[in-house]
Amino acid sequence: MRTAVRWMTMMHAVTIPPFESFYEQHRVEVLRLLRHRLGTDKADDAFQETFLRALRAYRRLEHGEHLRAWVLTIAQNVALDALRRSKPTAELVESGAEDAPPAYEELAQLTDGLPPTDDAAVVLRYGYDLSYDQIASALGSSPDAARQAASTGVRRLRRSASS
Amino acid sequence: MTVSSDLDRRFRNAAFALDLVDMGFDVVETPIGALFVAASARGLAAISFESDPDDQLERLARIAGPAVLRSPKSIDDARRELDEYFAGRRRVFDLALDLRALPPFTVSVLHELARVPYGETTTYGALAAAVGRPRAARAVGTVMNRNRIPIVLPCHRVVGASGDLVGYAGGLDRKVTLLELEGAL
Repeated sequence: MRTAVRWMTMMHAVTIPPFESFYEQHRVEVLRLLRHRLGTDKADDAFQETFLRALRAYRRLEHGEHLRAWVLTIAQNVALDALRRSKPTAELVESGAEDAPPAYEELAQLTDGLPPTDDAAVVLRYGYDLSYDQIASALGSSPDAARQAASTGVRRLRRSASS
Repeated sequence: MTVSSDLDRRFRNAAFALDLVDMGFDVVETPIGALFVAASARGLAAISFESDPDDQLERLARIAGPAVLRSPKSIDDARRELDEYFAGRRRVFDLALDLRALPPFTVSVLHELARVPYGETTTYGALAAAVGRPRAARAVGTVMNRNRIPIVLPCHRVVGASGDLVGYAGGLDRKVTLLELEGAL
């Protein structure tokens, strides 16, 4: 048993990258997502909260796969919490000054008018290409509910585009 | 877009303050070059003359698990004592050590090594005898060569039976500098 535990611990250490590497690799993308969701001012606090949540959970990870999707779902969750706390004053979009905006940036501008959950589901599904399982864990819902939120969001977008 | 140094520092300090860092590290500038220094809650775990963190992170994760983060505050005590040592104001380090993941023979040799006083030298054979393995001078040499916490665990104070300096993982120049600093040469 002790040997098994030690072996598990070793495998754990080998397969999951040191947090420093993980943080260096994903921090810019996380900050970009949070700025688009919350505006520059509120993004800083959300950035810190995102990586603190990730670090708190990091020791319990069972493998090092899908870490990008994982941290983006945490960021999306933190952003949703912040939006729920301060809905009336939330500034959603900051226009980036970079050359070619990635897909999720253009999408984030389109989805601004959606309710927060639909917005998050659409951006994560079509902007970041996450699975419904991953989106469900970000939103704290079931995969079916995530699929539902994304499709409702897309329907609303189509309606607002045609009106 | 980049993450500002202020935001980056705030996150790293918060992670340390919330006790979420299993192994923190930073680079310390010294007269013998930049040192990579790492510490856990148990104590100082590593000092390396190879100051590029990228080469060290996996090694630290094998000791403490994956919550490894650059965190200047994690090594505040070590930085202060190293500064004092290099300024000639400290002869004994008062730092707890994290010797996890080292084999028992290595740990017993390092405990003996820690007792070699500032400004003095000993030999590989004498250390081997001190741990009850008088014929294991060569194995002691290997332990010195792989010493995870040089300077604080003073492998620079160990020389050959003939008085030759023999070798040093950080290079003989550094061994000479440290022994001169201590007045042993």
